[in-house]
Amino acid sequence: MTVDFSKFPDEHGHFGPYGGIFAPETLMAALEQLNQEYESVKNSPEFLDELAQDLRDYVGRPTPLYLAKRWSEELGGAKIYLKREDLNHTGAHKVNNTIGQALLAKRLGKTRIIAETGAGQHGVASATVAARLGLECVVYMGADDVVRQAPNVARMKMLGATVVSVESGSRTLKDALNEAMRDWVTNVDDTFYIIGTVAGPHPYPAMVRDFQAVIGREAREQILEKEGKLPDALIACVGGGSNAIGLFHKFLPDESVQIYGVEPAGHGLETGEHAAPLCKGKPGVLHGNRTYLMQDEHGQILGTHSISAGLDYPGVGPEHSWLKDIGRVNYVAIDDEEALQGFRDLTRFEGIIPALESSHAIAYATKLAPTMSKDQVIIVNLSGRGDKDMNTICQIEGIEF
Amino acid sequence: MSRIQTKFSELKAAGKTALVPYVTAGDPMPNATVELMHLMVEKGADMIELGVPFSDPMADGPVIQKAVERALEHHISLDDVLEFVRVFREKDVTTPIILMGYLNPIEAMGFEAFANAASSVGVDGVLTVDMPPEESQGYLPALDACGLDRIFLVSPTTPAQRLQAVNAKGSGFVYYVSLKGVTGSKQLDVASVTEHMGALQKTMQMPIGIGFGIRDGESAFEMAKLGDAVIIGSALVSLIEANESKGLYDIYLAIGEKMTEFRSAIDRADALTAQE
Repeated sequence: MTVDFSKFPDEHGHFGPYGGIFAPETLMAALEQLNQEYESVKNSPEFLDELAQDLRDYVGRPTPLYLAKRWSEELGGAKIYLKREDLNHTGAHKVNNTIGQALLAKRLGKTRIIAETGAGQHGVASATVAARLGLECVVYMGADDVVRQAPNVARMKMLGATVVSVESGSRTLKDALNEAMRDWVTNVDDTFYIIGTVAGPHPYPAMVRDFQAVIGREAREQILEKEGKLPDALIACVGGGSNAIGLFHKFLPDESVQIYGVEPAGHGLETGEHAAPLCKGKPGVLHGNRTYLMQDEHGQILGTHSISAGLDYPGVGPEHSWLKDIGRVNYVAIDDEEALQGFRDLTRFEGIIPALESSHAIAYATKLAPTMSKDQVIIVNLSGRGDKDMNTICQIEGIEF
Repeated sequence: MSRIQTKFSELKAAGKTALVPYVTAGDPMPNATVELMHLMVEKGADMIELGVPFSDPMADGPVIQKAVERALEHHISLDDVLEFVRVFREKDVTTPIILMGYLNPIEAMGFEAFANAASSVGVDGVLTVDMPPEESQGYLPALDACGLDRIFLVSPTTPAQRLQAVNAKGSGFVYYVSLKGVTGSKQLDVASVTEHMGALQKTMQMPIGIGFGIRDGESAFEMAKLGDAVIIGSALVSLIEANESKGLYDIYLAIGEKMTEFRSAIDRADALTAQE
């Protein structure tokens, strides 16, 4: 297989049959303006220097690549390295993207930022950059997620953002996205929509990927320095898929590297109560792009379930759909129980409390590592820290909060 | 000539502006839809826009979102919507019907299968909110092959070169979104619509309908002076919600009254235009 991954998407935002711009007419001009602005700055040294400086001095990059020695030995197989995105300012990889989009918002002269959020990490990261730039910020969040991710709601409010609880539809991430789109259609003149994942209409999937690709660029250099060779496998969780694309992208041409994207199997893939469109869905059009979706035979989008709010989404970034079809990435699934065990394992063996999203990647590593030899290497993207999940975990474990 | 084109040329000859009401198929219950469509025609509708329920109506405001949720409680599918049209056509073969909705239910059915089925039951045009001309390869030819009109939205933010694309790829009429916002949002700004209509009329070689935010006789009167069709959605759909608990009879009554208000306002505007 010889694919030039740097050539995707094409100029219309297509990754093979996926991606594109399926947006209401009112947004078409704003998307074109954003695309032109992004194209004009994405290779400009001035913009890239400003971005690099922010990532270094404000976010705290580069993040460490940490050898989880005790956990690896316990599993008795491959050596597992963790890419510590949980150590970023605001506690997850999401800020890599919001820093970049905020610079664009500033250049375009927008005074108001909106964002959708599931787990609240993207909402916090958006509220953070808005506070720093003195911009108004409104975050849309499904009503169910407002409850289960209460600490992040409090953080957004402290940062000065307005959090709008979305009561329509399934009251989770997809409905927050619908509501953010409606806001953008209404306030398109002064508002910049910071989409938090590699989905949505072009140029978002490509732009968010480019901002997150710093994860894989650093990880590749770090592993070559520590091990003198490329890793044998990469693992990352996939909701919309931004942390996964961020880790994977630099490694896509490295054919020896096996790549695993982990979707949430919720109560189990066979129950239908999950959020795993790549494992169980089929292609369709939602939220501005063509991609794999969880839908019924009539094309209605299905409600999803995952213990982790950040993965509880019926679609996925279009580049993942394409990487699945061409066979470059293996998409697998981990259910709620397995993710919880991953959460416990990392916490107890390494003293690192992972987000429930990242715990899906951790759990897949506990399956994969024992099948590999001790001289092989896995990199797991530890996309966020678990503080935000304390409510959920305490309830399950019977710990008084 | 399609049924939509025929209707517009008849209206033009008579110096009249089209009244185009919207109803979500299956709202508030499946057996109300065909009745409502006939009632709307009786009360002066020239064409009907029939909404295809979709789980994620991202360009719609709260009124139509709720209508869609009511319809989806009855699991209304695109197949059901086409069946409503078939039944409507048993008694009415002249009123054009435009399906309005989102792409995914159509994509799930398959473009060609949809176009064949829609055309055979008597649908005349299709407006797909999240399908801009740029992504329409494969889709438009399928509609075209079955003689279905392809109706696109144009908004206050649409730049001139996109108007050309809509003019080239659209047919039947073009739907001018009178404000930046979702369906049923704030009051529209007559001055802004007037300004945009000038440029639009110069570019478009087809009739122009105006919709979004027209909620009473007064605003319909203003819009009828500017466009070839006035499209009413949320103002009618909100009456379904308001009268749902009282039953279908009250819903029909309320919608009939509101339709009469819109029709007479539009007729007044047409009479005024004729005098000028």
